[in-house]
Amino acid sequence: MPVTDVVIQVLAAEPAGLLPARQQMALSLGWHIILACFGVAFPAVIFTMHLIGIRRDDSDALALARKWGKVSAVLFAIGAVSGTVLSFEMGLLWPGLMGTYGDVLGLPFAFEGLAFFLEAIFLGIYLYGWDRMPPKRHLLMVLPMAVTGVVGTYCVVAVNAWMNVPVGFDIVDGAVTNVRPWDVLFSSAAFWQFLHMWVAAYMVVGFMIASVYAVGMLRGRRDRRHRLGFDVAFAFASVSAVVQPFVGHLLGGRIADAQPAKLAAFELALETESPSPLRLGGVLIDDTVRWAVDIPYLGSLIARNSFTAPVEGLESFPREDWPPVNLTHLSFQTMVGIGTLLAAAVVVYWLARWRGHDLVERRWFLRFVAVSGVLAIVAMEAGWIATEVGRQPWVVYNILRTSDAAGDNPGLWWMLAATVVVYTGMTIGAIVVLRSMARRWRKGDADLPSPYGPEEALVTTESAAGPGEGTGERR
Amino acid sequence: MTLAVAVAAALFVGVVAYALFGGADFGSGFYDLTAGGARTGAALRTLIDHSIGPVWEANHVWLIYVLVMWWTGFPESFATAMSTLILPMLFALAGIVLRGAAFAFRKYAETLSQARLFGAVFAGSSLIAPFFFGTVAGAIASGRVPADGTGDRIGSWVNPTSLFGGLIAVGTCAFLAGCFLCADAERTGQPRLAGQLRTRTLGVGVATGVLVFVALVPLRRDAPTLTEGLETQAAPLIVLSGIAGVATLVLVYLRRFAVARVSALVAVAAVISGWGVAQYPWLLVDEVTINDAAGADTTLRALLVTVALAVVLVVPAMAYLFRLTQTDAWSRNDA
Repeated sequence: MPVTDVVIQVLAAEPAGLLPARQQMALSLGWHIILACFGVAFPAVIFTMHLIGIRRDDSDALALARKWGKVSAVLFAIGAVSGTVLSFEMGLLWPGLMGTYGDVLGLPFAFEGLAFFLEAIFLGIYLYGWDRMPPKRHLLMVLPMAVTGVVGTYCVVAVNAWMNVPVGFDIVDGAVTNVRPWDVLFSSAAFWQFLHMWVAAYMVVGFMIASVYAVGMLRGRRDRRHRLGFDVAFAFASVSAVVQPFVGHLLGGRIADAQPAKLAAFELALETESPSPLRLGGVLIDDTVRWAVDIPYLGSLIARNSFTAPVEGLESFPREDWPPVNLTHLSFQTMVGIGTLLAAAVVVYWLARWRGHDLVERRWFLRFVAVSGVLAIVAMEAGWIATEVGRQPWVVYNILRTSDAAGDNPGLWWMLAATVVVYTGMTIGAIVVLRSMARRWRKGDADLPSPYGPEEALVTTESAAGPGEGTGERR
Repeated sequence: MTLAVAVAAALFVGVVAYALFGGADFGSGFYDLTAGGARTGAALRTLIDHSIGPVWEANHVWLIYVLVMWWTGFPESFATAMSTLILPMLFALAGIVLRGAAFAFRKYAETLSQARLFGAVFAGSSLIAPFFFGTVAGAIASGRVPADGTGDRIGSWVNPTSLFGGLIAVGTCAFLAGCFLCADAERTGQPRLAGQLRTRTLGVGVATGVLVFVALVPLRRDAPTLTEGLETQAAPLIVLSGIAGVATLVLVYLRRFAVARVSALVAVAAVISGWGVAQYPWLLVDEVTINDAAGADTTLRALLVTVALAVVLVVPAMAYLFRLTQTDAWSRNDA
């Protein structure tokens, strides 16, 4: 059958707003989730460092906590605004979802709003509280942020879990009735998915910070602060990286029942085989699996906790209900592969340390840690791609197709183009500013006053030869 | 009072809070934009940095609160408003994104030229966001958002009510910000700066007041339902707003900045509430009422639980933050 005919048919049936909405959502969510990780996990990391500083009267730790606070101010600001983008997009891109199911899925968002409120308030207090509050009370201001990180993650993930396993309503004669919002908030699907994402946030943040200090050490900056920054961040990375495979496994064990087609795509299972192999790599071309390495039994063992239970193959499902198989499969395996690698790496590090070898002295290990932050981000993004693409063609599994949720506005392509421009600009801005902060810290500046230093500016206004000509550099 | 009206009232409290506190943050962009060159404007820009730095993110969350309450409590009207008003919503969103990012970037910018770039983006986008939110309010208040489907994607917000709504929104934000900045300048011991700000605040206040009166003329024809409400059930609020507005001008003139903040808040809160009361019982004017637009009762009840939690958890925390920013220790300019 000519592929072009199928494509044309599919495109003709799609509302004009579907494809741009998908791209827009992927871009803005994929961008925001990195910053969301910092919102969730960074406060706890900063709290730990700050606590070390106060408990041991350690000026290095206090200096690091203060710097991390400033970094978090930048990251949280762009995280807050990119999160706002998502709120708007819910309505702008998916009127069919929000109009019909807004009152079903909305409650977790309301609780997330509460969490975000508290987070923003205590962030303001903490960031501006340095030297302005009693130290112990100041430190306590971080704690609410770590808690709201848990609540916020849970709530947002609960909405996603609801899209995967819809609960809390009935459909009678095509109308949504008997709405039970608390069932959505406390859905059993939400907990494991939340745990997976929450731990992932700690992995991303732990490895990202550790990689910054690994790069510094590779460049010969082997002072105590680098070591301390590395150690605290790597500790968080280690715990979360070791826990994550178990959490992921427990979450994955639920998919066979909840979303069998997604599992089939994860495992690249075309036919139902008993026992199912674990299929490494490979792509599906013209309904044939190619270039895969099969490990017998392991598929059943991992996905079903059994030597014989099969993974239901894609052929058991009508073709119009198949997710895009290759993208789902490869993303899933990217996530699992990187997750396993990171878990193995931290185990190696701690085993070596237990035997008296400090791998931080080894350049190869530092080089690995230097890329581990990016790897953790890739794994998390791949995980989101796997679960989101794997749920297609449904936006609400088995209830609402994504094409029915989208609008008919072809102008959304302009919105996507504008978003690409703005997000590129924001990314560049953030990198420029964060790098310049690091550079100035290395030179020994501690406070980083804004370029509009008041005293200095007032002095110069009074003594300036001519106003308006900047000196370029602040000092 | 029905459940739906209670939720709508809670939602509208969020609109008022966002207008007051988010509005004051946005409005500071006006003074930043008009502060002059890098040197002459340095003191004012530093003041603005210091004044909104600790609070802008918290104040911004009111917007999230409003959106979430809207789509959860009144889902269909949210979908139609979003698809009809996609352009002003996107422009406002762009303003929000650029404002927040550029503000954070400017604070830690290394060089003056970087700070200038980020500062210009911050200040400009601070005015864009309230303008387009004002046009959104105008579109809803003049009955241009349909109960279902998608309305006119251009005409819905390019019309007299929306355009005046946008301008008045910018004016009120700048007026509020002016009162707050005057008080902050005085408290931090910068009387000369307070004097400069006082002149501009008075100018903005008078201009906004004139704008409101001018707007009443086209509003009569363009938004009859709203006008009728403003002249009847909402009249006391509008009168209150007028009195508080004039009182604020007098107080600012007399350099009683601390008190002027309160009367300015009252003036803006009254005029925004006046809009809400005037269009009651409509959610989308002339199209759908609050009761008809509401989602499931179970959800509305659950929303009221979150609102109660917000009152218990968020309000005290917010009050603590605001109080801290007014203490002597926080008024120092050294961080």
